[in-house]
Parts: sequence; structure tokens; C-alpha cells
Amino acid sequence: MTNALPEPDAGPQADAGATPVLRLGSITKRFGPLVANDAISFELRKGEVIALLGENGAGKTTLMNILFGHYVADEGSVEVMGKPLAAGDPRAALDAGIGMVHQHFTLAESMTVLENIALGTQSAWKPRFDRSAARQRIARLSADFGLALDPDAPITSLSVGERQRVEILKALYRDARILILDEPTAVLTPSETDALFGTLKLLVGQGLSIIFISHKLHEVMAVSDRVLVLRAGRLVAERKTAGSSRSELAALMVGQEVASPTVAEPKPGPVVFELKGVSTQGQGNAARLDGVSLALRAGEITGLAGVSGNGQATLAALMAGTLSPASGEMAIRAQAISDWSPRAALVHGIGRIPEDRHAFGTIGDMSVTENVISERYRTPRFSRYGFLDWKAARAFAEAIVRDYDVKCPSPEARIRLLSGGNMQKLILGRALDPDPAIILANQPTRGLDVGAVSFVHRRLLEARDRGAAILLISEDLEEILALSDQIIVMSKGRLSTPSKRGQRSIRELGELMAGQGDSADAA
Amino acid sequence: MRLEPKPAPSLGVTLLFPVMAIAATLVVAALLVLAAGASPFSVFPLIVKGAAGSQFAILETLTRATPLIFTGLAVAVAFRARLWNIGAEAQLYIGGVVTVVLGTGALPLPAIVLIPLIMFASMAAGALLLAGPAVLKTRFGVDEVVTTLLLNFIVILFVSMLLEGVLKDPMGLGWPQSQRVVADAQLPRIIQGKRLHLGFAIAVVAALVTWVVMKKTVLGYEMRAVGHNIGAARFAGIPVNRVLMKTALLSGGLAALAGFSEVAGLKGNLTLDLSPGYGYTGIVVAMLAMLNPLGVIAAAIFVAAIFVGSDAMSRSAGVPSYIAQVMVATALLTMVTALLLTRYRIRWK
Repeated sequence: MTNALPEPDAGPQADAGATPVLRLGSITKRFGPLVANDAISFELRKGEVIALLGENGAGKTTLMNILFGHYVADEGSVEVMGKPLAAGDPRAALDAGIGMVHQHFTLAESMTVLENIALGTQSAWKPRFDRSAARQRIARLSADFGLALDPDAPITSLSVGERQRVEILKALYRDARILILDEPTAVLTPSETDALFGTLKLLVGQGLSIIFISHKLHEVMAVSDRVLVLRAGRLVAERKTAGSSRSELAALMVGQEVASPTVAEPKPGPVVFELKGVSTQGQGNAARLDGVSLALRAGEITGLAGVSGNGQATLAALMAGTLSPASGEMAIRAQAISDWSPRAALVHGIGRIPEDRHAFGTIGDMSVTENVISERYRTPRFSRYGFLDWKAARAFAEAIVRDYDVKCPSPEARIRLLSGGNMQKLILGRALDPDPAIILANQPTRGLDVGAVSFVHRRLLEARDRGAAILLISEDLEEILALSDQIIVMSKGRLSTPSKRGQRSIRELGELMAGQGDSADAA
Repeated sequence: MRLEPKPAPSLGVTLLFPVMAIAATLVVAALLVLAAGASPFSVFPLIVKGAAGSQFAILETLTRATPLIFTGLAVAVAFRARLWNIGAEAQLYIGGVVTVVLGTGALPLPAIVLIPLIMFASMAAGALLLAGPAVLKTRFGVDEVVTTLLLNFIVILFVSMLLEGVLKDPMGLGWPQSQRVVADAQLPRIIQGKRLHLGFAIAVVAALVTWVVMKKTVLGYEMRAVGHNIGAARFAGIPVNRVLMKTALLSGGLAALAGFSEVAGLKGNLTLDLSPGYGYTGIVVAMLAMLNPLGVIAAAIFVAAIFVGSDAMSRSAGVPSYIAQVMVATALLTMVTALLLTRYRIRWK
């Protein structure tokens, strides 16, 4: 169980300082009825890497946001170098030597590396900004820590890995002694990840302390001295990495055995959804599609793996109907599609689970009932002569709530009040209830607890066994490997050749994700 | 200082804050009355008496509320779909123009045909006027706040041009006013010899119909979905642009009814002072009603009562009737603050 007392041999340089550099005392944070952090205490010592391990929603990010002053804890205290830290003030956290590299970078895109690093370190009243001093300091930090960067390059020209280096340099430039990295590898390729780990070793060698937030076990094992496991807002365990194992940590993290879904033999049918050499405009930050060909067969789950931002969102938008191909051909049941829209996608029998359930999946201020009918309110079942049949709608909502095990106070409750998992189950029910022949499942389990994850997996497999063609897009490679009958990797807007279950190793998939290896079918 | 979302507020809190808002409004108004050299304890009763103290006062308040119900409804439906129609004033005037164009003898029809015809023609004109900004918004992303606001000035200058030109009453002694509408185009009085006219009944029916549209129909559902989360609405296959167009037509039509009812029911002709800002006050009414069509009736009567009551008070107590504007504005600000506080709590520091 929780053991917050320092152990003399916890880390390589642990005995360097008697006082811990950071001490969290019984931090509690509630959001309404949800307890995001429940009396969490721990200490961080000089030259130590601790990993904060936990599933999405376990409370890791909330805890770090409290530490960094974005949130104010309801209870508890934070001490840095033995001195209390003012709550709710990022400035105080920066001054105390805490640096944070956020999951989503906070860089001014149109400015250069140097400008981004120096941003905010100069008094606005100072007449002139001493560029050469800043440049020298950045050059020294880069050289010391293996963070090679051109200080005059604009941020827009940098790769994701380089941007992360800018974020780390930003923190070091401000004399950070404690560096918090929030899911730093989520956007990196395997080789970039290795480079990051090299940098972390150098930083620790210089006496910095690091908090590494992740839910990826192998990274935690590779990089940390100590592991703190969070589950549902509570610190459930603390282990020395050297004395632990992946399987032990996995069990601690999820709190119960991860039930691997039992997958029956697939019975692939005809191709029902096909793209032939399709190119599109980009969608948001995601890459554009570049001559993508894809065939989804009935009764088969196709898993799409890849580092996020390589075009998965664009492909999902295309399949969901919010984006039309710029060139190439799209066919459903061998019929070429010309008129494409979200409604056309629904009419052609595509069930869609969107990536962002708040922005696209639900209308937060409308009721559960109003949300479940949003894709089908025009059908005779729910409306006649322009009037909605609220009785039928409510009955439908009750059926979905029951069949998909949604916990909600009433069908009239605003959907905003539901937890992420229940919201997702509702979306799943709405998408699967009409028994669609084609299913787009985009990050269907992101942020869900273990129970909800296995529920979603089971439902998707059932749909497959009923003969649906499913495209599963996920950043979680283990999910892809567990569910998919064939796997495709997306990189820079292109797709690899498909491989059958078990055909490619994780290492080979990783190389494809990094953009090495074959990128087949450029139309 | 920052705002933190609160969990669903209890019923008590939901009711408490609006009461506090009204109390705060009265306190602010009392301070201004004191500054004007009168006693709030004598002025407030005078306002109440002026707005509701007699049959005449009540009918006057309802008469004044009539155009505000129409413009309040126009704003409420538009804002519900997040179509920011600031142009109810222009739509009102266009309704008035159509009423005098068709109602001053051009059509020799009996009242039973003529009045509905003019009414629907006015609605069509108002709807078309708002359709322009709606097309610009959905096609080219032009901000409708800017276009509808500026259209107000364009339309009022256009009306001024008409009243100095083709619509000018030759018998009007040179005043910029139109001819009077014929007897068959006038809305009958609800009570013989009083100013309250059929327009008020039409406004109440319009509010009921709007409420049914918002609550019960496919269109109302689509409008609310688009207003609450346009991204999710589009994803779900709701034809967002078409919904915004229909919203614009409905909103513009409702606002034009205000002009129709003022000309055909009360004024009899079109002048440049047809509306003392009813289009803008409609925004206040809609916000006070929290965009609920039935709430619009109550909010319009409330606002009208303050105006009518303050007019009467100012005649007898010598406090400027501007107090009415201040009270309405303060009521809006405190109500909006109260609504915010029911959903968020403020954290200092």
C-alpha cells in the first residue's frame, strides 16, 4: 500500500539531499461528485525519476495541474525544497523551479525557437531583449542535454519531437529543478522516444528531478527509479522500479485482471467499404490523405495504427461524412459514392463512433433522450408531419440505457452530467442499435475505465460476428492487436499494406508508424 | 479570480438568484431616485400604480408589451440557434412598410382577407430581410452580428427615403409620414374605445405557436441542437445551414409582425418614430425570458410595465423617466449575473 516515507536506497542519487525537493501532502481535488485526487501524498528526491502510472482518468494530469498551479486543491499542501508553494499560481511554480511539458504543446507557432524559449522571461519594461545572451545560454543547454535545435528555426518547420525539445529547453532555460512530463511519448515515434530517454538520463545526472506521467508500462520500466500507481484518484501503490515487473504494475494499475477479449475466427465476407487512391484536404492538425486505398470486409475488424496526427482523423472524417474526397474513388457495396455528407454516411449504413465525444459525439446541454435520437430523428419512428414523437424517443433512450448499461439519473438528464464511460456507452448504443453494416470506431475506449473498455470491445466483436465491417482507429497498439483481424499502419497520410492478425511484430509495426518500411498503394 | 462550474443547482438556488437579481435592481434604482431628490418609497408605488393601478394603466402596459413580445420572440428563436439577430429593428420597420404599401387602399378587399394577407406579406418581407445575412453567414462565414446591426441603419434610412418620397402622405402637411391605412386594414380593438388592439392577441398566439415549434417539432429540435453544439449537430447529419436559414426566416417574420401590429393596430400610419428601439429592447426581453417563448410574454409585460409606470411616475414625481431605461438595463445585468452564478461559482485568487 501507500508508502510515502523516503527509503534510503530508492534512487541512484537519492541520498544526495536530506530534504526532498518536492513533497505533496494529502492533496484532494473534487470536481462536483467526482473525486479526481483523493488524499495523495508523495515525495520526490534530487536526481530521481518517478513515474506516475495510471489509466486515462486516474487523476494523473489533475494532480500535476495542481502542482503547477492550474488548479487549486481542495485540501492538502505542496512543498518545494521544504518551502510551501502558493496554490493556484503557475508563476510561483515556475519561480520555485518547476517546469512542465504539457501533453499538448504550448508554443507560439509563428515565432522562432529562441523567441519561444525566451518568451515570458524578460520584463516587459526592459527596453531591449538581449538575444545573444539568450542564444548562448540555449546553445549551452542544447549541447549539455542532447537537445539539438536550430534556435532561429520557426516552430512551424519543426517535427513533433523537435517541438517537444523546445518545451524541455523552455523549462531548463527557466532553471527548472523539477521537470514534469505529461505523456511525453504519446506523439513520438520509437526512435524519438529513445532520444528523449537519453536526454532524461542526462538531466537526472545533473541533479534534476523528473516526474514522468504515462500509462505505458514498458516506458515506465525503462525510465523511472520509482513508480507511483494511481487508480480512480487514489495512490494505490508505490514500487521501486527495479524490484517490480510489468505484470505487477499492470495489475496494480487496472486493479483487476485485464480480461483479454475472446475473439472467434473471423468469417470475412465481401468488401463493403472501399477507398481507391483517395486524397483529401487535411482536417485540423491532422495530415491530408495522400492516395489512400482501403478495403473493409464484412465480418472483419480492420485496425488502423499510427502515431496521432498522421491522417487518422482525416480518414475518420472522410468515413463519417464530414469530409469529401478531393480525388480518388469511394465505394460502398461496390457502388461509387458521389454525394457525401454525414447524413449520406448514415443512410449508407455507417455507424459512427467519433473520436471526441464532447465536441462531436454529444450535445452536452441536451438530454439523454435528445442525444440518442440525433442521428435518426427524421425517421418515421421518431417523427411525423414535422412533429417529434417524444414518447417513442424516450422509450428508445430507455432501451439504450438498459441494453448498453448506461448509468444515468433519467433520460431527461442533461448528457453533460454523465461520466465519460457512460457517455461513450450511449454513443456506442446509438451507433450500433440500427445494426449498421459498416462501423467507424475512432478511439472508442479513450479515457474509459477497464470495465467500460471491455464492454466496448465485446460489443464491437459482437457486431463483427454479426457481419459488420469495422474500422478501428486507436492510439493504443495493444487494443489494435487484441481486436483486429487485419492491421494497417498510417504514416504521413499514407497507409501500409494490410497484415493479418499476428503477421507483423510490434517492432515491425513500430517501424511502419515511424514512416520506415513499405508504404504501399500510392494509387 | 476565476469561474468554476458548479454541479446542477438545486431548485431553491435556481429560484433564489432571480429574486436577488430583482432586489438588486430595485436597490440600484432606489439610489438613482435618491440622487434625483425623491424618495424611493414614494416613487416605486407610483411606478406600480402607473403600470397596473387602473384599467387604463393595465391596458396601456399590454399595448406597450405587444411589439416587445414580437421582437422578443424573434430574438429568442434566433439566439436559441445561435443566430445572433441584432436586426429586429430593421425587420420591424420593413413590416411597417409592407403594411402601409398594401394597406392604404391598393387592395380593395374585405378586412377578413386583407388583414391576414398584409400580415403574411409583412412576415415574408421581414423573413427575406434576415435571409440576406443568413446566406452570407452560411455561405461565406460573414458575421451576422455585424450585418444585421448595420442593416438597421440602412433600413431606417431607406424608410426615411420612402417617407420623403413615394410613400409620403400628400395631405401630411410636409411631415415625413405615410398615408393612413384604410379601415379594412386596421386591427380591431380588443375593448371598444381603448387602445389595446388585436395585435396583443396575435402576439400571445405567436408565442404559443413558437413554444410548440421549439418544444415539439423537428425544426425546434434541430434549432436547439445547432445552438448548443454546432459541431455535434453537423456530425449527426443535421443540415446545419438549412436549419440556420429556417431560423432566420422565422425570426425575421416574427420581428416584422411587430411593425405590422404597430401600424395596423395602433399608429395607423408609418413614421420614423414607429419604434423607440423595440428591436433592441427585444434582445433584453429575450434574455430576461431565458429564450423561452412563453417567458417572453412575461418579460415583455415586465419591461413594458416599467416603461409605462415610469412615464406616469415621472409626470407626478418629477423624477426623469430615464429611470425606466436604467431599471431595465440593471435588471438585464443582474439577471445575466444571477444566471451565471447558478451555473458557476467564483473563486477569488
